Amino acid sequence: MPRYGMVIDTKKCVGCQDCVVACKTENNIPEGYNRDWIVTEVKGKFPTVQMEIRTERCNHCSNTPCVSCCPTGASHIHEFGGIVLVDHEMCIGCKACVEACPYDARYIHPDGYADKCTFCIHRVEKGQNPACVEVCPTHCMYFGDLDDPNSEVSKLLQSRKWHVNLPDAGTEPNIFYLI
Amino acid sequence: MNSISRRRFLKISGATIATAAILTGAGKTFVKGAEKINREKVKGIQKIPTYCDLCFWKCGAIAYLKDGELWKVEGNPLDPLSKGRLCPRGTGGVGAYYDEDRLKTPLIRKNLRGEEKWVEVTWDEAFEFIADKMNKIKNQYGPESVALFSHGIGGNFIKHLLRAYGSPNETAPSFAQCRGPREVGFELTFGDVVGSPERTDIENTKCLVLIGSHLGENMHNTQVQEFSHAIQKGASIIVVDPRFSVAAGKAKYYLPIKPGTDLALLLAWMGVIVREKLYDADYISKYGYGFDKFAAEVSQYTPEWAYIETGIEPEIIVETAREMARYKPATLVHPGRHATWYGDDTQRSRAIALLNALLGSWGRKGGFYVPYSYSIPKYPYPPYPELKREPVDNPEGKFPFATGEQISTGIREATITGKPYPIKGWFIYGTNLMQALPNRDETIKAIQNLDLMVVVDVVPSEIAGWADVVLPESVYLERYDDLNTSPFREGFVGIRQPVIDEPNNQKPNWWIAKKLAEKLGLENYFPWKDAEEYLDTRLKLAGISLDELKKTGIIKAPEKPIYFEDGAEAEFATPSGKIEFYSDQLAQAGFDPIPRYTKHEQPPEGYFRLLYGRSPVHTFSKTQSNPLLRDMMSENELWINSDIAAKLGIRNGQKVKLKNQDGVISDPIKVKATERIRKDCVYMVHGFGQKSRQLRSTYKKGASDAELITKYNTDPLMGGTAMNVNFVTIESEV
Ligand code: SF4
Ligand code: SF4
Ligand code: SF4
Repeated sequence: MPRYGMVIDTKKCVGCQDCVVACKTENNIPEGYNRDWIVTEVKGKFPTVQMEIRTERCNHCSNTPCVSCCPTGASHIHEFGGIVLVDHEMCIGCKACVEACPYDARYIHPDGYADKCTFCIHRVEKGQNPACVEVCPTHCMYFGDLDDPNSEVSKLLQSRKWHVNLPDAGTEPNIFYLI
Repeated sequence: MNSISRRRFLKISGATIATAAILTGAGKTFVKGAEKINREKVKGIQKIPTYCDLCFWKCGAIAYLKDGELWKVEGNPLDPLSKGRLCPRGTGGVGAYYDEDRLKTPLIRKNLRGEEKWVEVTWDEAFEFIADKMNKIKNQYGPESVALFSHGIGGNFIKHLLRAYGSPNETAPSFAQCRGPREVGFELTFGDVVGSPERTDIENTKCLVLIGSHLGENMHNTQVQEFSHAIQKGASIIVVDPRFSVAAGKAKYYLPIKPGTDLALLLAWMGVIVREKLYDADYISKYGYGFDKFAAEVSQYTPEWAYIETGIEPEIIVETAREMARYKPATLVHPGRHATWYGDDTQRSRAIALLNALLGSWGRKGGFYVPYSYSIPKYPYPPYPELKREPVDNPEGKFPFATGEQISTGIREATITGKPYPIKGWFIYGTNLMQALPNRDETIKAIQNLDLMVVVDVVPSEIAGWADVVLPESVYLERYDDLNTSPFREGFVGIRQPVIDEPNNQKPNWWIAKKLAEKLGLENYFPWKDAEEYLDTRLKLAGISLDELKKTGIIKAPEKPIYFEDGAEAEFATPSGKIEFYSDQLAQAGFDPIPRYTKHEQPPEGYFRLLYGRSPVHTFSKTQSNPLLRDMMSENELWINSDIAAKLGIRNGQKVKLKNQDGVISDPIKVKATERIRKDCVYMVHGFGQKSRQLRSTYKKGASDAELITKYNTDPLMGGTAMNVNFVTIESEV
């Protein structure tokens, strides 16, 4: 089974939020909520400024506090590529996972269940890229199998410098940022 | 793309013999309403190609219906502009359909202009009202006294209607309030405009220079895609901006220039390149005119001189000039788009053109390509009536180089003064003049003189609030429009076609124009039954099948070379037939034949220069009520240097008001204290602080830069209104 992940080139991302809008239309996310978002980190003093722009979402971690805390088993790691999902029917909306996620990637949908990025499993199963990857006008996001050494994502991680978010949280995130 | 000069325009229209008799008051027809598309609620997914209308770029798109309901819009992979990826606004296009603030039915004003009190009327009543006023204006003042302000391709049918009616006055604020100085500066130098989409070969450039051009925030889709490509390939990027823009974050060199001094930097760069003989000598000897005089004059500008003006260290000026020369001719000094800054904007744009000429980048790979379009004949209409009077915008050629397009503020001026002749009617299509034109008071003053003001739009924009009649247009997903044959690196034709029915009583602009023409007795100018027949006629003349185009959305023209080195023709439509380093026509008209520096006023103590720009999720003041885009950005922020904020005791997120030099006070706006801006200016995204009460979701959200732009400098060459000349103080008590 593959281990799906994303590699995102921060040198190319312009923070346009197209990935956010595309996720909302693709997945019918209600107004006021979103599964992905942009972070702009600014360091230094004008005019010597460094800036990193990142598109963020659930990291589909390999070590998942959101799954272990779930009392109903709704929050789970799907066998298909290790994608972290929430079963909406089983979810009771208790917010345990929302609190447990160190990346603040989850929210309670107005219909009462916890919701988050699904890596667009409905598209990936059909061989398509996630909607956010497919829309990005700068082509800065790459999706693929991190366990396959010949995948584009693996090659990028071998050839470029990268970091992950909150490396010390012990979550083993599967989203990597090229710098 | 060759722009037709004003003189040529008049000559052409004057030569045609007017065969069309104007039957005023005749041709009363009963308007029944457009036939509904009656799209079946097909189960499952339907994909329908069209092109986007969230801005003027016109990206090819594919709309998705799920069980007959509008679901999403994606890019059309066949389209050379979008290459299958829309920008965030385009992706949010479905929000235009679902926008609860949309205009729903025709409205006629009840009380005073601007009070936004309306009577809902039928289309027939609205047309009856408009036709009656138009006939009265024509009888009393002549048909020239109705003017059209129009933005975007959707205005084409209304333009045609007004030409048929007999008016030569047709303008878009995108000229004198935006890219006009750039077009004129480049035309004076190369004999051709930059055009839209810009002919910039960002994709292949090895060195990209952005002067105030904030690509990535300014979301012209193709340019942003190519920008990212250039980053990936390791192009050297030089960004000149008082604000540390997103692009600055990608740059090798960031030059935090003092606002108002860009021309000094350009002259100093050219000075270095000329003194060190770093220019493309072969290119210049082959294509250049007046180079010796030019070289003698610009070699006097030193980096040390420019340092005093711009604040950019001399070593950096030299280093960046050499960097540009290293990669020539694949160096692109980007001409920008919104160029109306300080009042000498045509000369600054000309300096950008000249710097590119020195580097030999015009017509070359990695510089400026030579665009071409799919040539599709116009619809064979009867000739327009003979124009008896010239357009009013530029009496006696006061702005001698305002060629090709008309000056919107000139038409406003004529409406106020009644000179050279009165303007009594305004048609406004798809442009919110309240935010597009500087000095709102002048616009309101002009409106007081009108006998008729009609606004056609999809949302109740601020300017719609001042209209006598407001006509609700279908959004792009519900209508046909004219063919898109934009000049580009590949010629192509794109179709916009309806995807879904209008939710209320909205109508497409072609239908509005045709029905109003019938009321005015001008039906012979609209011989087609509907837009489909119009498009079919045009396409047949080019040997293209409408059915085929409706299926693919895009059909490409046969390929052509786009670089001089590949055989594209090196033609320069200047008086000398060459690239004019020295301009005799400027000298003859009493202007600097080679650009010279003028010092601009700097903000007095305690004041900041007000700068404005774009957000990737909004277009002008058009999209703020779109629920998807509003969700991304519902109000703007005031960018202010962190040290200054600390000094003034204002916190991040706190609301403040701005007061300009004329005492105008803005709506409250949230502070964004940041290291990403100079200390002498503040910045906000344009298009917010809207005052239309009908736009409930966005009413007074954030502040309006346009409201604070009471002062403007006028470009003496082409009448552009420079708007970066307003100074503000910050009032922290709200
Ligand atoms: S769409 Fe791409 S460039 Fe835009 S914010 Fe998202 S990741 Fe960045
Ligand atoms: S992968 Fe799909 S669900 Fe996740 S952020 Fe991207 S578009 Fe949204
Ligand atoms: S640039 Fe964006 S808004 Fe403009 S036409 Fe293209 S997708 Fe639409």
